[in-house]
Amino acid sequence: MRAATVVRGALWVVFGLFFLFPLYAMADFSTRNLIAGGRTGQAWANLVTDQALYQAIVVSLLLAVFTVAAMLVLLVPTMIWVRLRAPWARGPVEFLCLLPLTIPALVIVVGLRNVYLWVTYLLGDSALTLTFVYVVVVLPFAYRALDAALAAIDLQTLSEAARSLGAGWTATIVRVVVPNIWSGILSAAFISIAVVLGEYTIASLSGYETLQVQIVLIGKSDGPTSVAASLATLLFGFALLLLLSLVTRGRRRARTLAPGVTV
Amino acid sequence: MSRNTSGVSGSFNASGVGVALDDLTRVYGTTKALDGLTLHIEPGELVALLGPSGCGKTTALRILAGLDEATSGTVSVGGVDVSKVPANKRDMGMVFQAYSLFPHLTVLDNVAFGLKMRGKAKGDRASRAAEMLELVGLSAHSHKYASELSGGQQQRVALARALAIQPRVLLLDEPLSALDAKVRTQLRDEIRRVQLEVGTTTLFVTHDQEEALAVADRVGVMSQGRLEQLAAPADVYANPATPFVADFVGLNNKVPAQVSGGRASLLGVTVPALPGSVASGSGIAMVRPEAVTVTADPAGAARVVAVSFLGAISRVSVTVADGSTISAQTAGSAARTFAPGDPVTVGVEPGGVLVVAQ
Amino acid sequence: MPGAARRVREALPLLPFLTVVVIFLLIPTVTVIVSSVYADGVFSLDRIAALFTGTALSALADSVLLSGATALLGAVFGAVLAWLIVSSPPTSMVRRAVLSLCSVLAQFGGVALAFAFLATVGLNGVLTLWMQQLFGWNLAASGWLYSLSGLILVYTYFQIPLMVIVFIPALEGLREQWREAAVSLGASTWAYWREVAIPLLTPALLGSALLLFANAFAAYATAAALVSQGSPILPLLIRASLVSEVVLGQEGFAYALALEMIVVVAVVMLAYNLLVRRSARWLS
Repeated sequence: MRAATVVRGALWVVFGLFFLFPLYAMADFSTRNLIAGGRTGQAWANLVTDQALYQAIVVSLLLAVFTVAAMLVLLVPTMIWVRLRAPWARGPVEFLCLLPLTIPALVIVVGLRNVYLWVTYLLGDSALTLTFVYVVVVLPFAYRALDAALAAIDLQTLSEAARSLGAGWTATIVRVVVPNIWSGILSAAFISIAVVLGEYTIASLSGYETLQVQIVLIGKSDGPTSVAASLATLLFGFALLLLLSLVTRGRRRARTLAPGVTV
Repeated sequence: MSRNTSGVSGSFNASGVGVALDDLTRVYGTTKALDGLTLHIEPGELVALLGPSGCGKTTALRILAGLDEATSGTVSVGGVDVSKVPANKRDMGMVFQAYSLFPHLTVLDNVAFGLKMRGKAKGDRASRAAEMLELVGLSAHSHKYASELSGGQQQRVALARALAIQPRVLLLDEPLSALDAKVRTQLRDEIRRVQLEVGTTTLFVTHDQEEALAVADRVGVMSQGRLEQLAAPADVYANPATPFVADFVGLNNKVPAQVSGGRASLLGVTVPALPGSVASGSGIAMVRPEAVTVTADPAGAARVVAVSFLGAISRVSVTVADGSTISAQTAGSAARTFAPGDPVTVGVEPGGVLVVAQ
Repeated sequence: MPGAARRVREALPLLPFLTVVVIFLLIPTVTVIVSSVYADGVFSLDRIAALFTGTALSALADSVLLSGATALLGAVFGAVLAWLIVSSPPTSMVRRAVLSLCSVLAQFGGVALAFAFLATVGLNGVLTLWMQQLFGWNLAASGWLYSLSGLILVYTYFQIPLMVIVFIPALEGLREQWREAAVSLGASTWAYWREVAIPLLTPALLGSALLLFANAFAAYATAAALVSQGSPILPLLIRASLVSEVVLGQEGFAYALALEMIVVVAVVMLAYNLLVRRSARWLS
């Protein structure tokens, strides 16, 4: 038994070093005073003082919010409707939602050019037009989270009860279903935020200056600031997901023993 | 099903050995799962450990199997102390509650698994496994996978698998709890039949008292890590040794009674007080519904409250003189003779009752 | 026909969702497929043929090498790490933290990971400077970080966590009853692993490795942030042909390259799905 514990301990240390060292290096690198030696918080201060970077942060945060809103407005009613009224559509909808896992963002952006000519014509040239593409990109993650939450409640009974008591569809969804799938919604939202904040492929090849694009641009001239921004992104994503796992505690499937089928 | 005294022998007769659990204690942090349990099982006997969840019965079984270690006490099999022997060397067959069949192996390979571990040749393994499947009536399914079988069939395969290795002891951990009611009754008789045929010493853990009473040679009732009573099913039922046993096994009415001189007075009659009762003075007698008699009597002091027809039997609820309600069990047909409000006289069949302190 | 009318009525509320998916996912994909064989309205297999020459072919080869190597490394080390996590006592905080970290590094890291390694083993990286001070040995001199071997190292950094996330459900699906049943039937620890655990885990292991391959093959951000010149791998070649239309003297070559990417990823993901289904049948 003791040999096993030593091995486990050693493995933990090795993995810990491998994964945590670069993060430490980022912290060190971004606080290094290149001129005078010692520490400085200049790179981190640049996150708010550097105009271009600050703008990019704002744009990305806005994009994240818009994407989450659009995703929820689009997906939640659709998934509820499919479960209640159009179960035949379940397969196709699931397929479409999981398709982005197989179609790389790179491919989407290559084929997006023509579509985007129309989009910018209709909606203008802001980076916020990326919202729709980002909704597609976060679909697989959001779908899985919402699907798990919807599967855990008896949607049929809840909605029939609400409707029999006089609630219309909007009221049913907003007041009855949503509060009961809250953990799934939070899960979908947090993961989507993390995805949008970290997205680079589509934004850069479409020519928009979101956070990650700006980080790479700055990186050519100002290493420490880029590293600081990168570390901030990682830490923020980590905090989001940690918070999420704390909030959705009992989600993991319990191994219950189901009664056997009659012979 | 009781044992037929002429032992049946077949090509797979494994003569069981005696099992002795002596003063087993198991402590988890501050909880005592087992508190000095002592249990001796005779060779070839089936002992059922019965009790509510948390009473320690599964812990005892797992310690016997070697899957758990006692804090103190010894485990002996065939007179040899096996407390330090690892689980995979104890030569015991175990049937779990559910999901224990290996999903990637066919039924035949599952049953042959233990033989493979013992290094038997492929041909021998296959024929022995086929024999065991024959024994549990599943020969037609030998090339199926666990997911293609019903719960009852899976447990029969698990039983065949456990017996294929000719274990010295057979351990069953609530094997029927995950099954539907009808399957449960069929399978429990099946398990008993197979156990009698093969003759293996068996420990059967369950929380279902009907199950325990139906299959066992002796029943051990457990509560909070201790053995309350170990006796033949009929004894445990008719002569409960402690209030817990009286309450847990079968149904009970609680009737005020007076005890003196080894006899209890209740409901106008006097019957023997069982050992373990209060020595003298007032107490609560535990009376089984089938021991309560109800007779129509216009001058009776008791009144019928309700009648429940349950098919083979009927339950008649009666209020007695002091206002309390007693449940009596009568033949199903008797339901027609009683209606709510009828005056009746209530009595108690001769036979002992356990009187506990108030 | 009432049946058809009902179907249409039921499908109507799905329209907003379908619209977004069609416009922003399906149309781009179809555009890529179609444009790789239609140049200026004329059907032509030239672009596809160009995939198998010179730069394009070597980019493909290097992409396959990169994806294969990191899938293997990620699968092996990731499986070990996953086992470490699952077999630890569920002190929930540590486990949550580790799994959250894995999620972030695996799926949302991209650019940040490139900079993490620049900060570690780049020209002025922390480790580089330490090595220089301690051993007088310049770790970053050859610029290997920006070549295939550097990419392998950095990709492994996000492949291992991805393996953890994808493989842990399979590990957790290994019921304790199987181990106990095997033990009670006489199996030693090694026999249990050999006869029960490993056969049951193999589909999940292989499937996860395939997922890692597809993930590395399609990855862009990290490589784009690290490598500013040259196109050693397929995604960077796509970048080059998008940014300058004169690559290889052929317009729209990006479409053919993108088609190549979808085909490879789709085939791998198909195999992955088949394996995952088998694994889920046994282990959930």
